[in-house]
Amino acid sequence: MAKLDPKIPAGPLQEKWVNHKFNMKLVNPANKRKYDIIIVGSGLAGASAAASLGELGYKVKVFTYNDSPRRAHSIAAQGGINAAKNYQNDGDSIYRLFFDTIKGGDFRAREANVYRLAEVSNSIIDQCVAQGVPFAREYGGMLDNRSFGGAQVSRTFYARGQTGQQLLLGAYSALMRQVHLGNVEIFTRREMIDLVTIDNQAKGIVVRNMVDGLIEKYSAHAVVLATGGYSNVFFLSTNAMNCNTTAIWRAHKKGAFFANPCFTQIHPTCLPIHGEGQSKLTLMSESLRNDGRIWVSKLKKDMREPNDIPEEERDYYLERKYPSFGNLSPRDISSRSAKEVVDEGRGAKGGEAVYLDFKDAINRLGKHVIEERYGNLFEIYETITGENPYNVPMKIYPAPHYTMGGLWVDYNLMSTIPGLFILGEANFSDHGANRLGASALMQGLADGYFVAPYTIGDYLASAKPKKESLDHPAFDTVKKENEELIGKLLSIKGKQTVDDIHKKLGRIMWNKVGMGRNEKGLNEAIKEITDLRDEFWKDVNVVGTDKDINQCLERAGRLIDYLELGELMARDALARNESCGGHFREEYQTPEGEALRNDEEYAYVAAWEYKSLGSWELNKEALIYENVKLATRSYK
Amino acid sequence: MTENKINLLVKVWRQPSTNSVGSFVDYKISVSPDSSFLEMLDEINNDLEKKNLEPIAFESDCREGICGTCGLVINGQPHGPIPKIATCQLHMRNFKDGDTVWVEPFRAKAFQVMKDLIVERSGLDKIIAAGGYISVNTGSIPDANAIPISKEISSAAMDAAACIGCGACVAACKNASAMLFVSAKVSQLALLPQGQPERTRRVQNMVKVMDELGFGSCSNTYACEAECPKGISVKNIARLNREFIIANMKSDNIEA
Repeated sequence: MAKLDPKIPAGPLQEKWVNHKFNMKLVNPANKRKYDIIIVGSGLAGASAAASLGELGYKVKVFTYNDSPRRAHSIAAQGGINAAKNYQNDGDSIYRLFFDTIKGGDFRAREANVYRLAEVSNSIIDQCVAQGVPFAREYGGMLDNRSFGGAQVSRTFYARGQTGQQLLLGAYSALMRQVHLGNVEIFTRREMIDLVTIDNQAKGIVVRNMVDGLIEKYSAHAVVLATGGYSNVFFLSTNAMNCNTTAIWRAHKKGAFFANPCFTQIHPTCLPIHGEGQSKLTLMSESLRNDGRIWVSKLKKDMREPNDIPEEERDYYLERKYPSFGNLSPRDISSRSAKEVVDEGRGAKGGEAVYLDFKDAINRLGKHVIEERYGNLFEIYETITGENPYNVPMKIYPAPHYTMGGLWVDYNLMSTIPGLFILGEANFSDHGANRLGASALMQGLADGYFVAPYTIGDYLASAKPKKESLDHPAFDTVKKENEELIGKLLSIKGKQTVDDIHKKLGRIMWNKVGMGRNEKGLNEAIKEITDLRDEFWKDVNVVGTDKDINQCLERAGRLIDYLELGELMARDALARNESCGGHFREEYQTPEGEALRNDEEYAYVAAWEYKSLGSWELNKEALIYENVKLATRSYK
Repeated sequence: MTENKINLLVKVWRQPSTNSVGSFVDYKISVSPDSSFLEMLDEINNDLEKKNLEPIAFESDCREGICGTCGLVINGQPHGPIPKIATCQLHMRNFKDGDTVWVEPFRAKAFQVMKDLIVERSGLDKIIAAGGYISVNTGSIPDANAIPISKEISSAAMDAAACIGCGACVAACKNASAMLFVSAKVSQLALLPQGQPERTRRVQNMVKVMDELGFGSCSNTYACEAECPKGISVKNIARLNREFIIANMKSDNIEA
């Protein structure tokens, strides 16, 4: 236990963050410019942290594998961002947002972190409005809200179906202002491939310049990873093509514990798979569930067109099973319910899809209202599928979307490696075993704007870390290791392409470490993944050289890490003999088929310590609930 | 889901590096009409890799039309033949069996080809860095509802803010002008009350950097609007011109 000190401040929940901020050591304004901070990733968490740290006067370097920081995958978030403003006078409060998030996460998140998240949520909205983010408004000029899954209040702020884009562009503009002022330097087309630690402290990173192939070294007083999630381990997910786990995985192998890797979110409203050539899956915002009704036929293998199926032969299964929350039930429950009806053979035309129908909403509100609310989403749907959702119900199916697991961090968002901070989706901290809709944007910006700028300052002021020279042998050792790794990849010259092997991994993960998991399947998955790893190192063909732009090499490098992470996800799922949130172990369910948690034995964070390839030690951080009573989650 | 595949001849621009000479290379492909255009290129690449040949270098990320990474000129049109979508949203059902399809990178003086279909677009970031923001530091901000903003204004700002920064407007313009891109950001911030304090200097600084980077002038052909995947209106360019003129009239900064 001693290895994991979450450093939760003492005192009542409501006072922890306030007191903690007061007790922090400060860096004198004139001294801030003497500190260098590396930030990897330019999404909501990375860009907001970089801008805020730059404003404070630190010298910040931002790294992104994209051609511009504005491309980060936060940009694709559609639906909205939660905050406890209670503008709708519907009974919202910081405590309610905290409670909903803890409950939504199926009581597997840390109370103190989640409370802080709810506490700073309101400042995020203020900040974004001040930056010129054009949130939706009412005719009176006030901000509009909508509802999201897992909540009975309207607390979601949105900018049409492009909330992530607008929030990211807000953070990006703040970042570019700091670039202009000379406080932040941006390194585009660089992929972090390793962390450099000296005496177990984070001292810098090694990156591959994706244009000329050179391996570059950078040194700093502190390193921040804000590199997102790892859903692409499934090959098909809603993540962008380049999203990867390399930065956090290689930091994991350098000593950062990986927490709850099996907690992955399968999003209920994505477009179904069209065929073998599918490269990724497209999400349809959960906000659609405000007005769309989800149903399937009551009959098996019903091949009729959806509009030909009469009302009495439709099963609105979420409304039937969960009357209080209905179509707005949380994501894990909605996804599992969709899988159940499809497994029964009642999917749309017998296939892997369910209907999301707007007929009633159009009749009730008029087409123009639906168009105003979801117009761009309907257009996206029609572009991809060739069907018009104003006339024909949408077809949707769950897909891997978000990873609640990530590198373990303490209350200060620092990993088990001193000086290494993890923000946003890359850490494990706030969503427990299931994330509520519109909470990812909230967490990314909370970490970046309002938490890390304080806690990193405190680290610099109290630990007084030294910046190491790039001539230190540790940098060259790590550089050389990675050059050799790349050389090895290029020399295999096997028969399979990188994507061939990635697709194989994806199938193992989806079938055995996906929506439903069991002991037998997980043991098989571990064996299959380790075999596939051997196959990769014998039979992959990485075309081209390491001297210029080589996307094949980029993908191969990322796949190495997925092939290792996939095994850990399966091991974590196997070790957690309970069902909670997105982790559904088929052996542990109630007679009604709901997740059966085991708080006696599993109310802990599983933090895995890397020993060697295929070998980890499990460390447990007990989750102590002082304010919330652990209860069976019910949305009935 | 359609089973019938369509057969195409795809002519792709291949160029090993910025300073090398490029040319079109032919590829034959049989593809599902439900596939996206980029998935079609993925399939060509997978075949090339199997033959130990270098895959076509092209960029994409979100594949949902929002990140602005992808951008190809397809049959002479940036982002292809269908209006108001990005390359990644173009689906093969829009092509017929037997078609020949030409694929090229965005071409503009300010966008150098790096390899095959990948171009360098960092100029757009430099223009934003020159003033495409409201100068507020994190924290100490009034409540979000302290300033009411009418639905019309907020909606017009959102129309402009929808720009994804892909650069198709530049590629579509015969002068390689970035006016639509610049005008979208200038409009968004000029419309909003938060943007007023820096209204004058913002437009001046952004236009100055745009000119310095070698982007051309606007000659009102509206090709940019026609090819914009987000349908950003040329009205924004009119607003930019007005903002620029007013800024220069108000400015104390007199240049000879």
